[in-house]
Amino acid sequence: MFDSFLYLLRGKGLDVSLNEWIVLNEALDKGLAYSSFTGFYYLCRSVLIKSETDFDKFDAAFLEYFKDIEFGGEIPKELMDWLNNPKETPGNYDEDMAKYNMSLDYQRIEKMLEERLAEQDSEHNGGKYWVGTGGMSVFGNNGKSPKGIRVGGESMYKSAFRVAGERHFKDFSEDKIIDSRQFQMAFRKLRQYSTRTDAPKDELNLDETIEETGNNAGRLKIVYDRPRRNTVKVLMLIDSGGSMDYYRNLCGKLFMAVRKSNHFKDLKIYYFHNSIYERLYTDASCMPGRWVETDTLLRTLSSDYKVIIVGDAAMAPYELLGSSSYLYSYSQMGEGSGMDWFKKVKGHFKHIVWLNPASMNYSPGNYWKETLGILMDEFDMYPLSVNGLEEALKKLMVAK
Amino acid sequence: MQDTNTNRFGGSTDYVASEELMRAVNIAIALEKPLLIKGEPGTGKTMLAQSVSKALGKDLIIWNIKSTTKAQDGLYVYDVVQRLYDSQFGGEGVDDIKKYVKLGKIGEAFSSDEQVILLIDEIDKADLEFPNDLLWELDKMEFYIPETGETIRAKKRPIVIITSNAEKELPDAFLRRCIFHYIEFPNEELMREIIKVHFPDIERNILDQIIAAFYYVRSLRDIQKKPSTSEIIDWIKALTLSGIPAVKITKEIPFAGVILKKNEDLESLENAKKRTTFPFK
Repeated sequence: MFDSFLYLLRGKGLDVSLNEWIVLNEALDKGLAYSSFTGFYYLCRSVLIKSETDFDKFDAAFLEYFKDIEFGGEIPKELMDWLNNPKETPGNYDEDMAKYNMSLDYQRIEKMLEERLAEQDSEHNGGKYWVGTGGMSVFGNNGKSPKGIRVGGESMYKSAFRVAGERHFKDFSEDKIIDSRQFQMAFRKLRQYSTRTDAPKDELNLDETIEETGNNAGRLKIVYDRPRRNTVKVLMLIDSGGSMDYYRNLCGKLFMAVRKSNHFKDLKIYYFHNSIYERLYTDASCMPGRWVETDTLLRTLSSDYKVIIVGDAAMAPYELLGSSSYLYSYSQMGEGSGMDWFKKVKGHFKHIVWLNPASMNYSPGNYWKETLGILMDEFDMYPLSVNGLEEALKKLMVAK
Repeated sequence: MQDTNTNRFGGSTDYVASEELMRAVNIAIALEKPLLIKGEPGTGKTMLAQSVSKALGKDLIIWNIKSTTKAQDGLYVYDVVQRLYDSQFGGEGVDDIKKYVKLGKIGEAFSSDEQVILLIDEIDKADLEFPNDLLWELDKMEFYIPETGETIRAKKRPIVIITSNAEKELPDAFLRRCIFHYIEFPNEELMREIIKVHFPDIERNILDQIIAAFYYVRSLRDIQKKPSTSEIIDWIKALTLSGIPAVKITKEIPFAGVILKKNEDLESLENAKKRTTFPFK
């Protein structure tokens, strides 16, 4: 009956499935809303929404959908029942008025309410025309009209709006562009199993055990093997600061995903600002001093590390092509342009890809995009999206 | 409305549940779906299952998840090595595979004659695929043991409560089958009730001071690990044991080490106390 609510939720970016919707309907049939609107609100939320970050979106959608119910749209059944079966017939019950009210359709009442709202400027209780309480008019609350619209008053109904209206979960809401889980799942692809690891031998080798036991004249001899472990080692080089600030959120997701992927044999993360030079920073602040020599790194890391460079590849051309001693900031003195260093890193490792969080539309002539073109020629560059990441990781698993 | 009346949870004497939480518990019970509880550490997610078990008078089976836990562990373990060893010594019943199939926590819950509460604690600790591996079992409430050709089917569908600290995101397919509830950090009013459960005789005056100081500490922006309910309980224990006068509680915030576990956080509190904006001067 209120299926359009499902579409509103989906339209708001809440990924509610038909399955969950059916469960909700089942729950309503079982009376789990406990005949109250607040109950209905919590029921909807706990069945349809599965993350506190989505609560705020849900509250907003709930308000949007059900706030109109007081004036138009569909009237919930409990409200209808309540209005159609008044518990008491008090002194001011007016038979004719009741009959007249019954003859009105809701559209008319709605219209009347709108008119009345425009006219009314004071409190009216016990009457039959204005919006008030305890009266015979078709609006208000605690009234005796057999038909009408509730306005105000502390009903079950209202309190649900109060809860939703508080928008209590605003702090939790974040606009998820990409779920870090999807990234994590993508990183699962970076797997290369081998038993030649240094893990303890704790897996029973059944075939060998049978063989050995047979050789041992039937006396049991159990053979254990090392478990198969992932041997993939990952080196991540992340561009930090400057133009990358725009993509901090997205890169943060990627970063989290990599950190949580505890299946790598080794994971090393270093930072650079715009371009790689003599030194790589050990944290994202790129402060002088917290760094390692790029050369040392290349010496100590074997060439089978799989390298992922994350950066927007946008910088002033001289940062990439000029000698690093020209650089105005991040006082790194020395020889070789950024490009030379990029090539050096690329030469050392067998597998290297570039993930770009920014737009990869290269247009000649754009000052800041010039370096993008150069680096795109040099590296296998993929957009930092779920698909892009998957492609990039696939590329990492095969040769250069 | 089948036997919902017999299975209605309304909080218990030692656990104060918010109204929404009780609703969520009852919805999950009535719909026979797992209840997924998320929330800040220390908001009593694990306690909830204990309280539900107590309130409904049902046994509680706890399955603690660790990073190495496999879905299979919860169903059953087939102890091949023991069987091989036994066969060496001609032990009795070696040909009875059943002897070597040990049920895990889920298996235990399924084979119980009475309805039980099954708590799968901190599901997010396990591998990414872990929740998906349990979909069928939790949906159909049965699993098959190929070694014995047996199907273990739940005699009485257990009430499943799952907790998560949100360390990892859980797979969609799994989430869709759950009833979800997020335990918010209790507001002052609820906190008072919770404290009263633990310390029925606490003086109002002292309680006011403690609550004020506690929520002040939580409100500090520099605090990395915000203190939770279990910390305030410990703190009250420390404060009442030492007999510190009520006025000093807000002024000095003594034993701050009980509520703040990180050195940096303690420092930020000290700094905050020095500031002119410190509200309890």
